[in-house]
Amino acid sequence: MATGTEEASGGFNIHPMDQFVIKPLFGGEHLHWYTVTNQTLWLFLTIVVIGLLMVVSIRGRAMVPTRMQSVAEVIYGFVHKMVRDIAGEEGLKYFPYIFTLFMFILVANVIGLLPRSFTSTSHIAVTGVLAMAVFIFVTVLGFVKHGLGFLKLFWISSAPMALRPILLIIEVISYFVRPVSHSIRLAGNMMAGHAVIKVFAGFAGAMGIGAIAPIVAIMAVYGLEMLVVCIQAYVFTILTCVYLNDALHPGH
Amino acid sequence: MAAGKEHYVGMPQLDPEFMGTQVFWLVVALIVIYFLLAKVAMPRIESILAERHGAIQRDLDQAAELKLRAEEAEKSYQQALAEARSEAQRIAAETKAEIGKELETALAKADAEIAAQSTESEARIAEVRASAVDSIKTVAGDVAADIVKAILPSAADAKAVASAVASKMKG
Repeated sequence: MATGTEEASGGFNIHPMDQFVIKPLFGGEHLHWYTVTNQTLWLFLTIVVIGLLMVVSIRGRAMVPTRMQSVAEVIYGFVHKMVRDIAGEEGLKYFPYIFTLFMFILVANVIGLLPRSFTSTSHIAVTGVLAMAVFIFVTVLGFVKHGLGFLKLFWISSAPMALRPILLIIEVISYFVRPVSHSIRLAGNMMAGHAVIKVFAGFAGAMGIGAIAPIVAIMAVYGLEMLVVCIQAYVFTILTCVYLNDALHPGH
Repeated sequence: MAAGKEHYVGMPQLDPEFMGTQVFWLVVALIVIYFLLAKVAMPRIESILAERHGAIQRDLDQAAELKLRAEEAEKSYQQALAEARSEAQRIAAETKAEIGKELETALAKADAEIAAQSTESEARIAEVRASAVDSIKTVAGDVAADIVKAILPSAADAKAVASAVASKMKG
């Protein structure tokens, strides 16, 4: 639908958003819900990388781990510790779900940094599904575990009585903003970083052989992006743990 | 959307046309990843970690036991050493006492012998002296009698000379 010619995007021949366009992989004009697209391919590659990293690497089951096995063990231990530290021992019951989230976001982010790749997590539809899944899961879990006592999360008993109604409003709003900020933070970070790299790449292409500055800039931003993709996976997961902790222990 | 050289205007992220397929394939991918991790990878990693933890614990326990045994061995060694030392001291003291006793008896015996010999010697000396005095008395009497006979033959009286010699020798 919203397509244009080169003139429509301005004078520069740079199209930083093109990398986010979803195209059918095997031709066809229309995208149906089942259409196999470039995103499907990269989701599949995400699964493959996770399989290599977490299943193939540990097939030796060595007592003294090989390099790849220790990577898998370190990631496992890292998330395990995060869940236990933040959500407590009861939170470990939900560790597989959180680990799935973390691995998906981390691997999708990292392979999204490959040149010419497609970054699934740069789409608000993807991160929105993740964030809504967390939000609905946590809310349902809170009510199942504590019944109406879960509402104590919004009624802060440690505050003075006069402040409590105001805090109630703030807490309710912040609770419902959670999935929004949760999803937009991740998608926005991914999109912005990739768009910036693409813009510099466009400059480099336009300047031709003397394009030292844009190339240096791409290297710098790329390094920064390596950091950002890992941190965003971490942030998404740690916030999930925090929300889970709220559901498990609503009494603050 | 149309394929080809055309470029996208705006944000593809907000295009509702893209949403359906994304959500569907994402859910499929997440389910696959969940089963891959929760049913395959995580139990394996858990068992590896538990196994390693167990092995390390076992090794530590073993090391602690060996250490305990080494300490015990050292203790018994020290005890044996102390025993040997006290035994040696006892033997040394015994030997010393024995030697002292032997020495004492030997000394006493020697003293007794010396005392006996000296009394004997004294007796002999006294005897010799007495016999010497007698001989001198006889010789002096004879000499005096001869002298008296030579000077004054008429006054030769053996008894008077003997008494005179005896009185001289006393004085």
